[in-house]
Amino acid sequence: MTDQQRPGELPPDLLRGLTNPRMSRRSMLKLGGLAALGLPLAACGIPGSTGSSKLGLAAARQQIEDFWAKQKKHGHFNFANWPLYIDVVKGGKHPSLDLFTKETGISVTYDEVIQQDDTYYGKIAPVLAAGQGTGYDVMVITNGIYLDDLIERDYLIPLDQARMSNFYTYASDLVKDPSFDRGNVYTMAWQSGVTGIGYSPKLVGKKITSWNDLLDPKLSGKLGMFGDNEDLPNSALCAIGVNPETSTPADWKKAADWLTKQRPLVRKYYQQDYVAPLSKGDLWASQAWSGDIFQANANGAELEFVVPKEGAPIWTDNMCIPAHAQNPLDAMIYMDWVYQPRVAAMIADWVNYMTPVPAAQQVFLHEAATAKTKADKTYYTGLAHSPLIFPPKSEYTRLHRYRVLSTAEQKVWNDLFEPIYQS
Amino acid sequence: MSARSLRGKLAPYTLILPGWLWLVIFFVVPVITMLSVSTMTGNDLNGFSQTFHFSTYVDAWNSFHVQIIRSLAYGLIATAICILIGYPVAYWIAFRGGSYKSTLLFLLLLPFFVSFVIRTQSWEFMLDDHGMVLGLLRTLHLVSSNASILQTPVAVVGGLVYNFLPFMVLPIYVALERIDPVLLEASADLYAHKATAFRKIVLPLSSPGVFAGVLLTFVPVASDYVNATILGGTNTTMIGNVIQTLYFTNLDYPTAAALSFILMGVLLIGVFAYARALGTDDVLEMAAA
Repeated sequence: MTDQQRPGELPPDLLRGLTNPRMSRRSMLKLGGLAALGLPLAACGIPGSTGSSKLGLAAARQQIEDFWAKQKKHGHFNFANWPLYIDVVKGGKHPSLDLFTKETGISVTYDEVIQQDDTYYGKIAPVLAAGQGTGYDVMVITNGIYLDDLIERDYLIPLDQARMSNFYTYASDLVKDPSFDRGNVYTMAWQSGVTGIGYSPKLVGKKITSWNDLLDPKLSGKLGMFGDNEDLPNSALCAIGVNPETSTPADWKKAADWLTKQRPLVRKYYQQDYVAPLSKGDLWASQAWSGDIFQANANGAELEFVVPKEGAPIWTDNMCIPAHAQNPLDAMIYMDWVYQPRVAAMIADWVNYMTPVPAAQQVFLHEAATAKTKADKTYYTGLAHSPLIFPPKSEYTRLHRYRVLSTAEQKVWNDLFEPIYQS
Repeated sequence: MSARSLRGKLAPYTLILPGWLWLVIFFVVPVITMLSVSTMTGNDLNGFSQTFHFSTYVDAWNSFHVQIIRSLAYGLIATAICILIGYPVAYWIAFRGGSYKSTLLFLLLLPFFVSFVIRTQSWEFMLDDHGMVLGLLRTLHLVSSNASILQTPVAVVGGLVYNFLPFMVLPIYVALERIDPVLLEASADLYAHKATAFRKIVLPLSSPGVFAGVLLTFVPVASDYVNATILGGTNTTMIGNVIQTLYFTNLDYPTAAALSFILMGVLLIGVFAYARALGTDDVLEMAAA
């Protein structure tokens, strides 16, 4: 599927994920079996994911409707999410999930199995290519290369637009009809966030305002950056003063040079594991996700989060339903249910990322107005006015989406940036 | 030939059949499959097909020889340190352990009751900039206030030594344990100095144990990726990390497979060269015994 096709229309072959597993797809194991039976190796291959089935647009819509008309509520679904990405109380209970079960009778198995988009994609892609289910009905994937791939390869089930009333009532403009999924055919936002700089003012000894402050030799061995092919390159593009969304391969080269220049100072290219060393002081400054710094401070760290003046990447993590999900209707009910302001507030209160539901602000203000203690009042007023949860409109001009890459561009991009964080 | 004696002849082969089947299903088939994958071309979107594209090997070497050489270097250093630490430990347990031998061996294996990843993670806590190791060194003014061990090659090699040390100690212990004390008594009767006795008797007799220990440590150490992930930093990526990323993140199966075979080839050459250098052609057999 090309980008020209995507906006607002249903791609003709999106329905393959809705149908039964295609037996023509052989897994690596089956391939191994064939090789062992003495078939000439030249005849073997690993099949790809793009099929040739072409359906008319109307027929595709009809098939989606038929698919959803057939679905029954099973009273249960499985949710794959990132660590520390939902409300949690002592004993590991998640109040919002418990409330969901109470109100709808649908129980939830909640697993924090996603550490990084690339590794999770690498884990599920071969399974989905083999025509098997992932075991999950809802998963949370960041916009970018891997979500594009999931959509392009028909690994996602198109959503039931008739069951998205809360979404269309309460979702913010940022996450409605986003550039990476026109018409919200496949996804509904979970949370959004900004990739900026987290640092300890005490240890750095000065205010950090720019990406270029991360070239300071004083940070040698105390500087963390992200080891991924989205946040790291897109931030570097911001650092050299280029809007990533419209950047050219020549810009990428310059960004890679910027990162190479910085590399001797970097302690490690981190995954999810940068928060602990940053809180402990092993890192003085690091590339960071907005909500993590807020949470670390709530746990006693003294860190500051800054959106550098050159701008920063903004990303959205999206709920979507993987192909061959066993309980799609239960999943669909949940995905729309979380868009009620009272639920969105429960989650935002804990995760401190940008909520997709602006009306959650009223919920916090109401909590503040009716708070019994002064501490509670200050807390909820703080949440309601937090620029990290409800960024002011003026901030958005500095925030940029990741560069969308075609398959050919991906290769150039990866060849430039992977050696920086992977050697 | 009577049916009875035929059955008698076949019995050993029948008995070993499960072993052969295991080897074929879980080793030969995957290896052949991976060998075939390594010369395929394509991508996961359009699929991979067999094109006998052998230059993948050349490209893989050119792109990742730094990590291969680094892994071999880490492997050699860690193995050497394991011998230096492990041999005296094994010697002491074998000759001085007395009635506590089994207790001592159990203590040696005790860390194995904790998961590999958790054990490595605990090194992260020990070695971080405010951990007990650097904290102590700093109090003693032995290191500068900004020094760090974590995320350096020292931390990675340290973690590797720690995790694989028992694999070195155990085979050496077994070899030493089998040495008949009578031989040492005889050497003493013939006025051999203790050092001479060690050099002429103990060391040669225990060399198959050392060889087995090297096999059991060097090979897994050189292909390890957990220690580099947890304890490593910017210039400590090992070839195992690269293969893992290529395989599970980039879905570049041919390059990952080619790298695995390059690594396997280099390790096999190294091991056989070592066997030759020991001068005993049957050292493999002795080590296995």
